[in-house]
Amino acid sequence: MSRLAGVFDACRSESRAALIGYLPAGYPTLEGSKDVLRTMVSSGCDLVEVGLPYSDPVMDGPTIQKASEQALRGGFRVRDLFGVVESVAALGGRAVVMTYWNPVLKYGVDAFARDLAAAGGLGLITPDLVPDEAAEWLEASEAHDLDRIFLVAPSSTEERIDLTARSSRGFLYATSVMGVTGARDVVSSAAPALVERVREHTDLPVAVGLGVRSGAQAAELAAFADGVIVGSAFVTAVRDDTVAALTAELAEGVRQVPSRA
Amino acid sequence: MSPGQLAPTPHDPDERGHFGPWGGRYMPEALIAAVDELAAFYEKARIDPEFLDEFFRLLRDYAGRPSLLTEAPKFAAHAGGARVFLKREDLNHTGSHKINNVLGQALLTKRMGKQRVIAETGAGQHGVATATACALMGLDCVIYMGEVDTERQALNVARMRLLGAEVIPVKTGSRTLKDAINEALRDWVANVDDTHYLLGTAAGPHPFPVLVRDFHRVIGIEARAQVLEQAGRLPDVVAACVGGGSNAIGIFHGFIDDPSVRLVGLEPGGDGIDTDRHGATLTVGTPGSLHGAMSYVMQDEDGQITEAHSISAGLDYPGVGPEHAHLKDTGRAEYRPVTDAEAMEAFALLSRTEGIIPAIESAHALAGALVLGRELGPEGLIVVNLSGRGDKDMDTAIKWFGLGVES
Ligand SMILES: Cc1ncc(COP(=O)(O)O)c(C=O)c1O
Repeated sequence: MSRLAGVFDACRSESRAALIGYLPAGYPTLEGSKDVLRTMVSSGCDLVEVGLPYSDPVMDGPTIQKASEQALRGGFRVRDLFGVVESVAALGGRAVVMTYWNPVLKYGVDAFARDLAAAGGLGLITPDLVPDEAAEWLEASEAHDLDRIFLVAPSSTEERIDLTARSSRGFLYATSVMGVTGARDVVSSAAPALVERVREHTDLPVAVGLGVRSGAQAAELAAFADGVIVGSAFVTAVRDDTVAALTAELAEGVRQVPSRA
Repeated sequence: MSPGQLAPTPHDPDERGHFGPWGGRYMPEALIAAVDELAAFYEKARIDPEFLDEFFRLLRDYAGRPSLLTEAPKFAAHAGGARVFLKREDLNHTGSHKINNVLGQALLTKRMGKQRVIAETGAGQHGVATATACALMGLDCVIYMGEVDTERQALNVARMRLLGAEVIPVKTGSRTLKDAINEALRDWVANVDDTHYLLGTAAGPHPFPVLVRDFHRVIGIEARAQVLEQAGRLPDVVAACVGGGSNAIGIFHGFIDDPSVRLVGLEPGGDGIDTDRHGATLTVGTPGSLHGAMSYVMQDEDGQITEAHSISAGLDYPGVGPEHAHLKDTGRAEYRPVTDAEAMEAFALLSRTEGIIPAIESAHALAGALVLGRELGPEGLIVVNLSGRGDKDMDTAIKWFGLGVES
């Protein structure tokens, strides 16, 4: 059964969406990333995504690219990731890892799953792995009882949404716009339609991400999604030292009863 | 020109693009619909007489095909006396093999009803070819090029701009070819509805490795007929440089079903493969996923992609097309490194002995031929794919050989 079902059940019972915050491990420094994640958890993130800094982040815009580069320049190693995950779990927080696939391949898919589970991680978000190529990961995730979060996009066909939903465990990640990560001014109009399409194929929770940066945007997404994912805005908040305030604003956003237009 | 050039072969990958364990699609879901669409259009086009006619007409009347096969006896005297023939892709319009693939994909872009083309470029040859085809066909063109490469290939930046393309210097990562591809992929994801990503080598997610290969198969088909006519027999070795692997796979396929012909790919050995400054992906790389496909890649022990180093911007890439990974595993092709110094020596040698200035990329294949010729001896016969001409490399040559005006 899913490791994350409890998070979404609890949020549902409060008639709200889950707040999911992303931060690259090792940003701004290894210890600093643990501190920031602690603040994110204590200020209202229901789940954190710990990013694995990667040399070739094709799905990321400039904000996360720069943060990843900074982490790598600071000497971040893949083995450091598990300590960061452990630090979240030790506080009673819930963490999944978000990573490009090559570092997992290199580490060994089964070994990665084993060490992630041992660190208290609950699953893996894989932005450049589609279920078609994921046989090894499907097996390892079952063996180590981890959730599998694949992505769907506005361009996904019904057939692919179905395949992705069937291959996922925990929740589905719906990318609300066609594009890379980065805060945007307006929430995409494609998101509600995509979530609706996904729901025709699965009862799994659906979280929406890409571009969210304000409480108002979070509230807008919370009206139809089970989770709201925020990434680049947290990276920027680290720089501006406003992580607690941003988390609180977003946490309030996912709790707002939406005013339907 | 052989109408069979685009026809399916027994060497095609499975329907999801796997050559053995290599290839496939390691890429964001958001782009799957686009590569599915491309694959569907290509599967129709490759057997559509109208598409084939249009493509071959462009290759003949615009690119100048067939390209010559030229024997190089004075150069060959330095290659143990083996006979050496050069497949003259340098004589194509825009100066390299790249035009073959670009014309094919530009036609596909039109068929898909897309108006905007994006591409990556390293040496600038693929960027120039893409800008050329876009000018010809009235398509909007944006070229991503690593900032390091815009500096060492300034002439090609000017050519692209003159042809009406927008050239965007990429300032992230190592600021070379791999980062230009990353940036092109980011653009594609955001603009996929009206944009085709015209990938310049036989790498990337399925169907790119197949379609890029097929558009270049003309090189091998012509070369095989020409060498049979001129030498009366098949060559012992076909040699080509390997960056992403497009010119090599194109000429290899002409001979792939001739078991007596050895297929040899020459990789950029940079300062030497015992240093950390090279790009010999097949020689020393390890399996990994990069830019949409599983293949050999250059990476550190954490799976971070490392920078390639080569004197040749067009070979300066830490990945390689998946079909080459497969050919290496099956033993059908062999791959060897060539250092910067060996390549530059061959570059100068061909210029002086035959009056042909090769691209530095192609000079790697020539350097390989010098060694292979000595191994084969005077009975040997080698066909070298001369993938491009060297005009673009004059700055590098001036620095390497000190050819500047004495002050
Ligand atoms: C003349 C020439 N040859 C070879 C290459 C390497 O590419 P590939 O390995 O795809 O043939 C390039 C790339 O820019 C090139 O310009």
